[in-house]
This record gives sequence, C-alpha cells and structure tokens, in this order.
Amino acid sequence: MTPAAGAAAAATPPDTALARVCTVADVPLGEGRAVTVGGRRIAVFNTPTGWFALGGACPHRGGPLADGLVADRCVTCPLHEHRFDLATGAALSGGAEPAATHRVLVRGDDVLVEVAAQA
Amino acid sequence: MSARGIVIVGGGIAGLSACEAVRAREAETPITLVCGEPRLPYDRVRLSELLVDGQPTEALELRPPEWFEDHGIRTRLGVRATGLDTEAHRLRLEGGEALAYDALVLATGSVPLIPPIPGVGLEGVIAFRGPSDCEAIRAAAAGGARRVAVIGGGLLGLEAAYGVASQGCPVTVVHLMERLMERQLDAMAAQLLRPAMEALGVDVLLERQTECVLGSERATGLRFAGGEELEADLVVVSIGIRAQTTLARGAGIETGRGVLVDDGLRTSAPDVWAVGECAEHRGMVYGLVAPIHEQASVAADALCGGSEAAYAGSLQWAKLKVMGIDVVSIGRPDGTQEAVAADATAPSYRKLVLDGGRAAGAILLGDVRGTEDLLEGIRGGEQVSDALARLAAAAEAGVADLPDAAQICDCNGVCKGEIVGAMRDDGCATAREVMTRTRAGTGCGSCKGAVKELVALETGGDGDEPAFLCPCRRQTREELAAVIRERGLTAVSEVACASGTGRECGACKPALAYLVSEVNANRHREERAARFINDRVHANIQKDGTFSVVPRMYGGVTTPDELRRIADAAERYGARMVKVTGGQRIDLLGVDKADLPAIWRDIGMPSGHAYAKAIRTVKTCVGTDFCRFGLGDSIALGVELERQWEGLHTPAKVKSGVSGCPRNCAEATVKDIGVVAVEGGWQVRVGGAAGATVREADVLATVDGAGEVVRIATALLQYYREHGEYKERLYDFVPRIGLDRIREVVLDDDEAAALRERFRIAKAAVRDPWLERDAPYHPRQFRDLDTAEAAEPPARSVALVGPPPEGER
Repeated sequence: MTPAAGAAAAATPPDTALARVCTVADVPLGEGRAVTVGGRRIAVFNTPTGWFALGGACPHRGGPLADGLVADRCVTCPLHEHRFDLATGAALSGGAEPAATHRVLVRGDDVLVEVAAQA
Repeated sequence: MSARGIVIVGGGIAGLSACEAVRAREAETPITLVCGEPRLPYDRVRLSELLVDGQPTEALELRPPEWFEDHGIRTRLGVRATGLDTEAHRLRLEGGEALAYDALVLATGSVPLIPPIPGVGLEGVIAFRGPSDCEAIRAAAAGGARRVAVIGGGLLGLEAAYGVASQGCPVTVVHLMERLMERQLDAMAAQLLRPAMEALGVDVLLERQTECVLGSERATGLRFAGGEELEADLVVVSIGIRAQTTLARGAGIETGRGVLVDDGLRTSAPDVWAVGECAEHRGMVYGLVAPIHEQASVAADALCGGSEAAYAGSLQWAKLKVMGIDVVSIGRPDGTQEAVAADATAPSYRKLVLDGGRAAGAILLGDVRGTEDLLEGIRGGEQVSDALARLAAAAEAGVADLPDAAQICDCNGVCKGEIVGAMRDDGCATAREVMTRTRAGTGCGSCKGAVKELVALETGGDGDEPAFLCPCRRQTREELAAVIRERGLTAVSEVACASGTGRECGACKPALAYLVSEVNANRHREERAARFINDRVHANIQKDGTFSVVPRMYGGVTTPDELRRIADAAERYGARMVKVTGGQRIDLLGVDKADLPAIWRDIGMPSGHAYAKAIRTVKTCVGTDFCRFGLGDSIALGVELERQWEGLHTPAKVKSGVSGCPRNCAEATVKDIGVVAVEGGWQVRVGGAAGATVREADVLATVDGAGEVVRIATALLQYYREHGEYKERLYDFVPRIGLDRIREVVLDDDEAAALRERFRIAKAAVRDPWLERDAPYHPRQFRDLDTAEAAEPPARSVALVGPPPEGER
C-alpha cells in the first residue's frame, strides 16, 4: 500500500493490532470479562448498546473493572465504586483518572479488540 | 519541550506526586521515573501494615502498573542513578546507561540515620525503612524472638513497635528524649499513649542513650549510658532520617541538610528541581505527605512552563494513627499560651497552642473532631482571644464554618468544595445523589452526617428526604414494590421498562434485584447482570480481585471431617490466608474466581453467604452442655435459628448471636438480632451494632421457651425483609420504625403468623447458591475470557455433602 500523504496518514494509527478475544456468546449481556491482549489486561463489556473495552485495572486502586456493575454505558468498579464511561473512559465520580479505552469490533460471531502496541 | 522530556529520580511518594502533578497539567512530555527499589512507588507511610497483616508489598502500591502505561510514564525499576551531569543534561544509571533530560526532578527521599555506636553492624540490627525490613521483623517474630528493642520513640519508631507487637512479640521502645514523639506531641499527650501501648505489650524506656549493641555475631541486647542493659534478639533502629543528597552533591549542586531549593523548588543547577524529603527549603526539610504534594504541585507549574507559583513553605501537620489511636498534630506542640481539654480515661486530649494571640499549633488525640477547622485557623494565623472557647468551638464546628478545601470524607479524599460543586454544578439535590456522585460517605460512612449537613445548608432544607431506592428517578421502595405487585413483574429489566428505574447510573440495580426477589417470595426471574459481583459468583471480592470463601458452620459448630476438607481445599487451591472470622467461621482468602466451583465441591458445605446482604452467622457461646454458668442451651437455639433462616436475603446483612447467660460470651447484645438466656427464659434483642458506632440492642421481648424465641425472631426478620430500605441495617431500621411499632406487629398473634407464613413461602424457594458449581448460569460465570475451563475434575474427589435438609430439626 502506498502511504497516503499528509493528514490522511494519521487516520490509521500505525501501532495497533486487532485481536480476536472471544465470541459474542462468551460475555453474558450486561456483564464484563477480562482478557490479556498484547500483554495488557483489558475488560470487555457486552451491553445492550454494543461492545466496549477499557483498561482492565481501575485507575483508582487497580480494581477489576470486568467485575463491575454495568448500566447506562458505564461501569462501576466493584472495589470503591468509581464509575467510568465505557465509550470514552471518562471518570464520572470524583477523584479518579480516566480509564484507557480500546476499540471493539464485532465480525460475525467474533469479538475483536484493537489494542495499541506496547511502547 | 523536546523529546528528551522529564526525568524524575526517586520512586517514592514525592516522585509519584511529581508524575501526577505534571500529568495533571499536560499529557505529552515524556516522563521517565527512575526507581532505585525494584518496585513501583508504594505508600511507605503504611509500611507497618505489612507487618500487621503480612500483605505483599503490592498491597501498598500507590498506582497500578497500568496507570503508568496509560499515562505515558516510563518506569525504570531497580535501577539506581549513579551520576548527574547538569551541564550536558544527562543522568547516569548503574550499568553505564545515560538518560538525557530537558528537566530533572530529584525526589531521592531520605535514608535512615544509623547511630555510630559499637555493635550497630551486627546481624539482627535493622533499620525500619523498606519492605525487606518488614520481612526480617516478621521472620524474627515467627522464629520465636523473645524481645525486640526499637531504638527511637518518634513516629517511625512507634510504627515499627506497633507492627512488631502485632506479631505477638514483646517490644521495648528505647527513646533518648523525656517523652515519645516529642516533635508532634507534648508531655501529656505522649503520656496518654502509654496505656494503649502497655495493652499491646509495648514497654517504653525514656531518656536512655544507647551506648552499644551487645553480642558477638548476632545482637543479644543493648547497653545504655550508665551501664543498664536490655536483652533483645532483634534491634530495630528508627532514630530519624537524613535527606538523600549524594547524587546532588556529586553533581556540584548546593546542599545543606538537604538539596537547597528556592521558592520555585529549583536547585542551584539549571533545569534541576528537588521535591520531598530530599529538599531543603528556607532551612526546612519536610517529611510529611501533605507538604510533599504541595511542593510537587509548585514544581510542576514551573516544569510545564506555566505561571510559576511561589512556594512559601508548608504548615507541618499530619493525621496519624499511633498505637491504634487517632492523633492529629498541627504546627507547634508547645507555645507561650495553651488551652487544654483532656480526659485520661477515654483517652482524649485536645490542645490549642497560641503564639502572640494567634493560633499556632494543635494536638488532638483520641478525639479529633474539628481537625479541618483548627487546620484552617492555624494556617491563617487566626487571632484568638479565648483559647479554651476556640477549642470548644472547633469540637462543635459545623461544616458551614469550613472552607471549600477542607476534607470531609477521609476514605475517598472528598473536599467540601467538591460536595458543594456536585449540588451547584451537577444538579445533585439530595445527600444520596451527592454521595453517589462524589463518593463521599461511601467508605466507612462516618462522614455521612457531615454530607447531609452540607446538603441541608445548601438546599435550605433540613437534610431529610425520602429514601429513594433509585435517586436518579426519585422513586422509593414502596412505590416500586407497588408497581412490581400490581403488574406482576418478576425481573429487574421488567421493572426498568415499567418505571425507568435502574437504567441511569445503575447504582440501584442490586437494590431492585432484592426488591424483585422479596416481593416475588424468591420466585422471581434472576438477572445476574443486576447483581454486584459478589452475588454473581457467591464469594466476597477482595482488594486484589481475588475472592474469599466462607462455608456455613451452623452456630459456629464444626467437625474434624469438615475441618479436614477445608484444610485440603485451602492447600489444593492455594488460599493465601486461612482466617477464623468474628462470626465463628473459617474464611479462605485469596482464592481465584475460576477455582470457586471446585473449592465448593471439595469442601462440600453450603454457602455461608458471607459475601451477601443476607443471613450471616448465628454466633453462639458454649451454653449448657459444657459451660459452668450456662442457663440456656445457646448452641441448640443458635443452630436452630441459623437453619431456619439460612439462605434468605435481607435488605442488609443480618448478624445474630445467642448467649447462654447474661455474661454474653456470644456478644448477642451488639448483634442485629441477639438472644440472651436469663433466669427462667430468653431475652430477644434487636438492633445492636458494633461497627463504626456501637449500639446496644433493644429488648424486644422476654419469653419462656426456645420455640417462642424462634417464632418472634422469625416474625421480626420477615417484617424487616419487607420494610427495610436496601442497605439499611437493623440498627438503623429499629430506630426509624420505632421499637413500639415493631412490637405491635411482631408480638401480635395474627400479624406475626402472617409474617411467618410469608417467610415460610420465601424460604421454601431458597437453594444453596454454591450448587451453581454444577449448574452455572453461564458457561463463563466464573471464568474470564482467557481462563481455561477446569480441565479435570479435582485430583482427589471428596464425598459430597449437600446442604442440610430443610426443617431437619
């Protein structure tokens, strides 16, 4: 492929990898499950409005976000109830950093996650 | 700034604080954090906790590894900086590598002071500074050390002594000065620590100058000036710290007691800053956490090229726990004018120090009310005419008097300003909304009163509000229960469709799940996504994401066979700790989620529901079978109650106890439901508490026989199940409803019979949740996406013992 010139090149992040993490039946609706992709622990969520993925450890004290309660496109960490937007990673409760987000694609029955390659 | 970025030397609280302060201002500049210790920054202030409970060092990690990754902070662990070329802007690391920097922050901290006395180099003499020292102390205690000597009665020394004492090892603290913690406490306050120390087995020798450590290879004791000796198998040295300035001095940077910095925290070298314990500012070296954060913040302003804030020094203050007692020390412990309020029996001690008519310092011990208020007064040098009146006012100071920066919730670090902001900017109108939004009051809960007061102030109301089950949609439990009943709803999602609740923040979904189950007498459609993780996998999540397993032991009675199975399972699945709980059961801690079904299968006992809002244990004393004093058969009654009630969910957990005589060995008077044998019968009590607050349970009734106890207590329990707010413990429920009203219902024959009938119907549908080991609600109920399915059944199969048959007794 010829590299596109100028701004168009920035549209495809060069250092990402697409990994198949599970099938759509592997995560119960309204819940999350953890998986390690490219050395990173991430949390994959199956919600009524689509699939999402965040960094697996809560930015507050490292709680397992995959075990959190999901509602309203948000997850609440089971340890200290910090709440994060599944789409943006934004912390919706005071005092926490945002969580990292990863793009999720569903192709047929497969769920794929795009994870930035590790520095 | 060019691509070389910022290099921060030192992986302690100051180094991390510098990382955080820079990242709070901008996200792009590369940051490299060089940590000499082979681990990520941890909370050294809590080091003694490693001693007390033997946790791994990771438990003190200030940020998880992912945080550094996600914030573009490169960490170099276990690598020491060996040289600094400030001309070339290069930091040399051991091994020869060099890091180029645009800006460098020295956060090298301090090293322990070791007195130059003979014998200090012997084996068995250690400093209390890092995790390896904790291991040495634990090993010595486990190896049967007869006595540990701690040299130094300052804050760190007492921390070390507390940690050693927690290992059950006698400790003697040896201090040079005439009182303990002389920097933070005055003589009276220091004296008040003594009873608590004695209770913990900590002796104190004051005004002792240690002349040498005795022993030929290993330390065997200490000799003091004057010839007196003390035997000890381990000597912990904690006489103070010295700023770590070696790197700076080697680079020709000006140092005194620490690395000299100006009001911008700059050192004498270009583009080099210093923060934390290694820095000396206007003659002061700060060793407390609060000033370190202030310094990091000022340095970060300069580093990020923003307006340069000027650092004018910090007020020295700290909120500590010393020997288990809350201690606040602000500014100077002594002064020309002082006001003191003390109660030696509590113990409590409150002192305000004035200097030239202005507030200059305070000591609060035991009773730390008004800390924020005094802190603000002292910080601002408040003019005080009547010191005693000012001290009294601080104890009574309402939240209205506090500035926005005052911390209301110590558990979650929420300031008054954030709470007020949640109401003004985010539209929160009630205390519950504020608590959901800011998390204030969601930790230990002791600040809930302050939060409610703030809400009342802001809204002009009295702070009272209907208890909304769903604060987002402002719907109460009664309203929702009516909807569920009228429309015959059987699942949380159906309630959400019908009333919109449970959709927004989701915080009320577990409450809805309980309500749906209760109204449907446990014949509801279970939707696990609405449950907290504990109720999805029937185990209690721990801070590291592992789980704990507590099998049911009726009345705290077990058998050798059960103990054997528990012991085998603990070994086979690598439980990190086996602990006897306060409820007379056994807890296997540190278990992987994926192992839960196999553990339950091996143990073959029913769930103890220790993870749920449900009937917990019924604690019993030995009762009449063996005890000389027993008046009633407390074990038989406790076991009976537990079998009658087990498996039922409740608005909040229900802890119970049955004592066989008024000596009350089962502590029944501080249980949610307690029963005490008295001459000629049984006392049924309700609403006791022994948590953040202590409340003696009210006597509901005194009855003749055990059967009557079961009937009354069961009616009470069902009344609570039907009318308690979610998370409302019985000790809050009873005062809210009123004891008289509760008596009217549960002592009325007809009403009580109806309650018991509904209870019976709900109980009949109860099933041991641990049976899901063989019938999971989803193939991945217990497994993450990369956890393999249990390949083989357990290597050694154990005869399955199901839950006890219903109504067996």
